[in-house]
Amino acid sequence: MPVLTSHTPAPDGAPRPSAAPGSAGAPVDLGPAVALSCRECGERFPLSPIFACEACFGPLEIAYDLPTGDPGALRSAIEAGPHSIWRYAPLLPVPADVATKPNLHPGGTPLVRADRLAAALGHGGELYVKDDSGNPTHSFKDRVVANAVEAARAFGFTTLSCSSTGNLAGAVGAAAARAGLRSCVFIPHDLEQGKVVMAAVYGGELVGIEGTYDDVNRFCSELIGDPAGEGWGFVNVNLRPYYAEGSKTLAFEIAEQLGWRLPDQLVVPIASGSQLTKIDKGIKELIATGLVEDKPYKIFGAQAEGCSPVSQAYKAGHDVVRPVKPATIAKSLAIGNPADGPYVLDIARRTGGAVEDVTDPQIVDAIKLLARTEGIFAETAGGVTVGVTRKLIETGQLDPELTTVVLNTGDGLKTLDAVAGTTGPTAIIRPNLDAFREAGLA
Amino acid sequence: MSVTVRIPTILRTYTGGQAEVSADGGTLRDVLADLERNHQGISARVLDDAGKLRRFVNVYVNDDDVRFAEGLDTPTPDGAGISIIPAVAGGC
Repeated sequence: MPVLTSHTPAPDGAPRPSAAPGSAGAPVDLGPAVALSCRECGERFPLSPIFACEACFGPLEIAYDLPTGDPGALRSAIEAGPHSIWRYAPLLPVPADVATKPNLHPGGTPLVRADRLAAALGHGGELYVKDDSGNPTHSFKDRVVANAVEAARAFGFTTLSCSSTGNLAGAVGAAAARAGLRSCVFIPHDLEQGKVVMAAVYGGELVGIEGTYDDVNRFCSELIGDPAGEGWGFVNVNLRPYYAEGSKTLAFEIAEQLGWRLPDQLVVPIASGSQLTKIDKGIKELIATGLVEDKPYKIFGAQAEGCSPVSQAYKAGHDVVRPVKPATIAKSLAIGNPADGPYVLDIARRTGGAVEDVTDPQIVDAIKLLARTEGIFAETAGGVTVGVTRKLIETGQLDPELTTVVLNTGDGLKTLDAVAGTTGPTAIIRPNLDAFREAGLA
Repeated sequence: MSVTVRIPTILRTYTGGQAEVSADGGTLRDVLADLERNHQGISARVLDDAGKLRRFVNVYVNDDDVRFAEGLDTPTPDGAGISIIPAVAGGC
């Protein structure tokens, strides 16, 4: 079967031995995953808990032995699978029996036909919201963490860790509890209370770092190279190649929910940019396996103006991203130094999409618009994608007559503070009918 | 000026496995040149063919990302701590 990677293999063909801890020992069973491949230079490495290329520091991603043969049979097998991301196990770095193991079984979230939102936005074509607030810990992070847990098991890690802007902390805590692993996660000390409580309740260690997310991330990157971090699986550091693959399941589900067809346009939030790049990778794999018909599609990236390094680079015509210091209510997207930013730029330009940003007040307005038109209460990242969709339509960058999918990646209950000051009871009255009438409610 | 450089796991093949090494230099550029003298091959891993920092490498001088400072010309005062870290980490 062919091995699909984004780049050609290294000239010598063979995977390069790795000096990283955990790389020695018997080959691991991660289903169709066969190697790690550098996205920059194509160098290949055996499956192991490493994340950056020894040759050029480029990001490593999974190379697969993907299913070939009758796409119809593969579609049928997927449709007969569990109502979770594990129905796509033949396309993920997980063992074939993954669904029988203790994990949170994320995915299977609704693709909501959003006609009332479409009318409000002046979108005449089909408009959908992929509402990932329905995952076990109420954000899309359950998808990626579930993949990382399988890698952690395969490499023999007993502690699950991460740097987090909040949603990931909860997802790691919950997944570790279910899997019987220890967890120790690191967050900026000033996160929204809802996310802190949600991360803490699962009983793992939760450490607030005095700094921004980028400071937390840097700390974790250093910890991983220190004996103190030995034996730890950091889902978004040394397990990042495996973890990131979970975002492909958003593309898989959207395509299946549309009747095995690709949308024309997708609007995806950008934090590190990993999710957007993996949605693109997922679409390529859907096409390569024949699960969907090959057709043009556009991917649009969405950022908050207060943390918009990718959007700024896109608008300036740059292919590198200059880091910024974040200042926005959209804390789940507040990554000032986005690791996958350059790839997001490549994808937006290659597919004919764009990268756009909206202000904090526009984010709040968009959260309320989505809630009032579709009954979906999104976290601030969802406000960013809906707000950016509106702006893309207004500026003519997104075609409102095509089929568009907008991602909501988390639950509004996690970011109540963002809208708490702008909404509330419409009236407070005495408990009698006269008061009801006096208030003009009859 | 003498500084301490933290070496990421993937570059420790050049430092005999050491996670931290000493180097001399008044700027990051000088420090990297000194590192190269003592650990041949290491600078080609950090710098690209044009002599610029590779785009997937972050370098910090005393907790400050040099991309917010003066890049390779960032001063490295005596006793400074320098960290070389793969950029591809975090988020999603």
